[in-house]
Order: sequence, then C-alpha cells, then structure tokens
Amino acid sequence: MNKYRKVAYYPGCALEGTAHAYNRSTKEVGKALGLELDEVKNWNCCGAMEVKNVDPKVQTYLSSRVMSIAANEMGADVVMAPCNGCYHNLKKAEHDLAQDAGSREVVERISQKAGHATYRAGQVETIHALDWIKHGLGEEGLKRKVKNSLKGLKVANYYGCMYTRPRHIFPEKDKGPGTESTSQPHFMDDLLEAAGAENVDFPLKTACCGGAHTLSDSDISTKLVLNILRAAEAAGADVIATECPTCHSGLEMHQVRAEKVFGEKTKVKMLYFTQLLGIALGLSPRKVGVHENVSDGIALLKDKELA
Amino acid sequence: MPIHEQSLIRPENLKTHDKLVLDGVDVSGHWSTFIEPRVVTDYNEALQEEIAALPGGEHIHRCWQCGSCTNSCTVNAVNPDFNPRFWIYLIRMGMESELLRDKDIIWQCVSCNKCTYACPRDVFPEGVMKATAHWLELQGHTPKSKSTLFDEEFTEQVMATGKIEEGRIIRGFFAKTGQALMQDWLVEMAKRLARRLPIKLGFLMGWATIFRPRTRGWSRAGEAIEEYVHEQQAKQRKALSLE
Repeated sequence: MNKYRKVAYYPGCALEGTAHAYNRSTKEVGKALGLELDEVKNWNCCGAMEVKNVDPKVQTYLSSRVMSIAANEMGADVVMAPCNGCYHNLKKAEHDLAQDAGSREVVERISQKAGHATYRAGQVETIHALDWIKHGLGEEGLKRKVKNSLKGLKVANYYGCMYTRPRHIFPEKDKGPGTESTSQPHFMDDLLEAAGAENVDFPLKTACCGGAHTLSDSDISTKLVLNILRAAEAAGADVIATECPTCHSGLEMHQVRAEKVFGEKTKVKMLYFTQLLGIALGLSPRKVGVHENVSDGIALLKDKELA
Repeated sequence: MPIHEQSLIRPENLKTHDKLVLDGVDVSGHWSTFIEPRVVTDYNEALQEEIAALPGGEHIHRCWQCGSCTNSCTVNAVNPDFNPRFWIYLIRMGMESELLRDKDIIWQCVSCNKCTYACPRDVFPEGVMKATAHWLELQGHTPKSKSTLFDEEFTEQVMATGKIEEGRIIRGFFAKTGQALMQDWLVEMAKRLARRLPIKLGFLMGWATIFRPRTRGWSRAGEAIEEYVHEQQAKQRKALSLE
C-alpha cells in the first residue's frame, strides 16, 4: 500500500489557533479523498522561528520529540505537517541530526532528561500536506473525485519561504520530473489545476510576506504583503491559494492594515488550498471553515457560483 | 564619475567643488564628486570571532564577498541600507564603528532565507544576521529589539507548557513592547471576524485561555531545555568577555 495514504498528522500550534480553518479543511479533504490521518499523540511546538532565534539546537530538540513520538510510540513511517513552519523545522532537524554530531548530542541529552526515546535521523519521513495529496492520491485520482469544478476561478498559488528554502534541508526536491522544485514550486498548482482552477502566472510564489516580523516590524510586513497582493491582482487572480498558516494570516492581517494605515485597498481574497480542494470535492464552505477567514471568501465563492 | 553604492559612503566624506581646476581641467560640480580619503585605526580584531561564537554566525569566515545575499535580500529591496554583504565585510575586517552606524536596522532581517539559498559558500547569512543582532544586544549597543522580545515571549511559553497559544503570545508581546491592543487596524480585523465568527475573535482576544493548550508531562523536558539554554547563554557571554 502507498505509504502516504495513512500518515502521522502533526497540526502544530497555529492550526489549533488562528489557522483552525486550515486544520479543519485538511481533515475534511483527507476524509473526502480516503487519505487517513493519525494525529501525533501529545505533540509539542516545533520551535518555530522564535525558539530557533533563541537557540537553534533547542528547536532541533523540539522538532525531534515530535518525530520521536511518531516513530517510537506510534510506529509511523511518515509525518505530515500542513504548516510550512512545522514542516520546515522537522526537515531542518532531520538534516541537522543526520549531519551534525553537536545537534545529536544536545538532542540525546534533553531527550534523556525528558524521559523519552531519542529520535534518530531516518526514522520517519516528513512531508507537507501538498506531498500527502500529490503522492497519496495524485492529480488523476483527485480529478475523479471532483464534483464542483473550480472552473473559472483564477488562482495565484503562493508558497512563501519555508516550503522551499534553504534547499539543503529538502534533499528530495529538485530531482527532475515528478519532484517539487525549490525555485518554481508547482505541487499546489498541479492539485488546483486538477480541481479545475485556472492558475495565473504569478511571479511572487516564493516571495516573503514578512511573517517573522508581522507584529514586531509591521510596516515592512505590510509593504511585503502589498507587493504580493498587488502582483496577484495584476496577474488577474480572484484568490490567493495558501499552504502556510503564517503566510495566510499575514496576508489577511496586512491586507486590512494596508487599507487602514496606508489607505491601500486590495480586493483579492485568500483561501487555504485545502479549502479550495474541499469546495471542488463538493464540501460546503462552512465545512471547510471559509467563514473563519478574515477575507470574505464566501462572497467570492457565491459570485463564482461555487457555493 | 558617478559613485556606485554611494549609500556606503558617509555624506561628510563626499566632496563636490563649485570651482576647482586641477592641472588645467575643470572638475567642478556634481559630476566630479570626490571621496575624502581617511585612515581607519580603531579595528576590533576579535569581532569576527565574537560573531562566530554566537548561534548562526559560525560560518562567517567562508564569505568571499560575491554579494549574492544582498542581491537576493527581501529587506534590501525595501531599504537599500540593509546590506548583509557589507556588514559581513565590516565584521571580517573588524570595522566595528562602521558596523555600529547600522545597528538599528540589522535586527530587521525577516529570515526568508533567500540569502542562504543563494550563497555559494554556505555562509548562512540569515544566521549571521541573527548572530550580529544578538551581538549588538549583548554588547549593549542596542536595546533588545521587538523581534527579540517576541522570540523571548514565545520561547518562555514553549518552555513552560510545550505549546504556544497565539492570543497569549500577542498579549504578552504587546505588554512587553508597550503597544496598545486597540490599534485601528486590529480593531478593523476584529470587526470583520466578528461578523461571521464571534468564537474565533474570542480566541484571539484571549477569552479562551481556559482551553490553554499544553503538552502533558512537559515539566522535565521544559526544565532540561531551560538548563541547556542558560548554559549556552553563559558560554556566549564568556566568548564575548562579558563575564
């Protein structure tokens, strides 16, 4: 059996908070597609950017604990994280534990004191929600399940920073046809195209939304987000599809901030790619949490006769 | 001749003359801008080692000044004074006083990792920016940046409970930095959410702290992390001769 059809699921902190809609839509899409999720038991924060800034090896430990539980307590081969931050950090921990004796030493020491098995590099494979659907089912399988084609919906696919950079922590990418590209990522484009959407030519797929400083340096974040929103509108997009909770809430917050603080109004809406897939699979907007978004996706879906 | 990267030269060292003839050639006006020569004597020879002793700065010695980092930099595109290539040069040369001219913007790196992606020498410039920002704070050249205060608030919560709750982080951060929660744009966002979803709004405002997420049996891990972090911080202070 395809090992991606049943995976350990690591939602992460954001998906229990502001990105609840991403969590909800991921689970609903999984159900509709027959892809199984088994939540990592008693998981902890991956360390995010913030703990990395305080001490990178503590971030490595935090991510390793999640993988250790998946491997040693649940017997999982694959961990799926829909959040770019979590996905990136688990990949980074995997890389550091394979390459760096200092990281192994610190992880061993803290794991022992914490009283759980130390994670060893190679025990699990970490994937993103995009990989999960792409490898677990594929575009052809997805096409067969589409009941409410996204035909006529113009989508800008926005991947952000952490899904592709830096490239050394993603050894499986850039390996030719069928694999993801770090310079021109396309997995989300592929899936949404299979769901009937019209992907626009969007040049800022991997631009930065300033998510690291959303609140600590808001003016720069607003400028960076405005670039992204403007580029999407210039490319003719109705909606920006997102696959990262930090990007998604950054785009939503700074769209409002740009309007209130700088008087710069933009109309483009933001939806998680799982919300768009859910709509295509015939799920109601409420079921995939569109009403939980700040930007009014429901009006757009109604306008396009998708809801 | 126009001067490339003129922003790197202090305005007081740029000279133009209204009337100047050298060897019979008129060199007056903007076209003939001169750079005032100067002698640098206040090198800090330990600067590169100190940056390299902080997390992220370990590989600064590999830099060969190609400029790929600055060329790809997200923040540089917004503010041309944000110049990682130049700061790495200054650190490697030990030109501390020059570096300090930009001390208030170095923390603004957004960690997008475009530089690390582009760097042909694996310098990890993103890490070097973080190490430099921490060095400035540890040496007392700058107060803790808002970014550092956010990182600390976040890390404290992770050490305490194993997880974070965004509403608490935001409130803790706003309290630490003395910002009002009732800023126009935040109120506007809350209004838009409230139209459809009073529960999510309640969560963001922190009314749902009763459901505060935590990892069960976390205390031993939390203590082990805290012990390790304190140990590292003591090591770093020693490397910077702050003990």
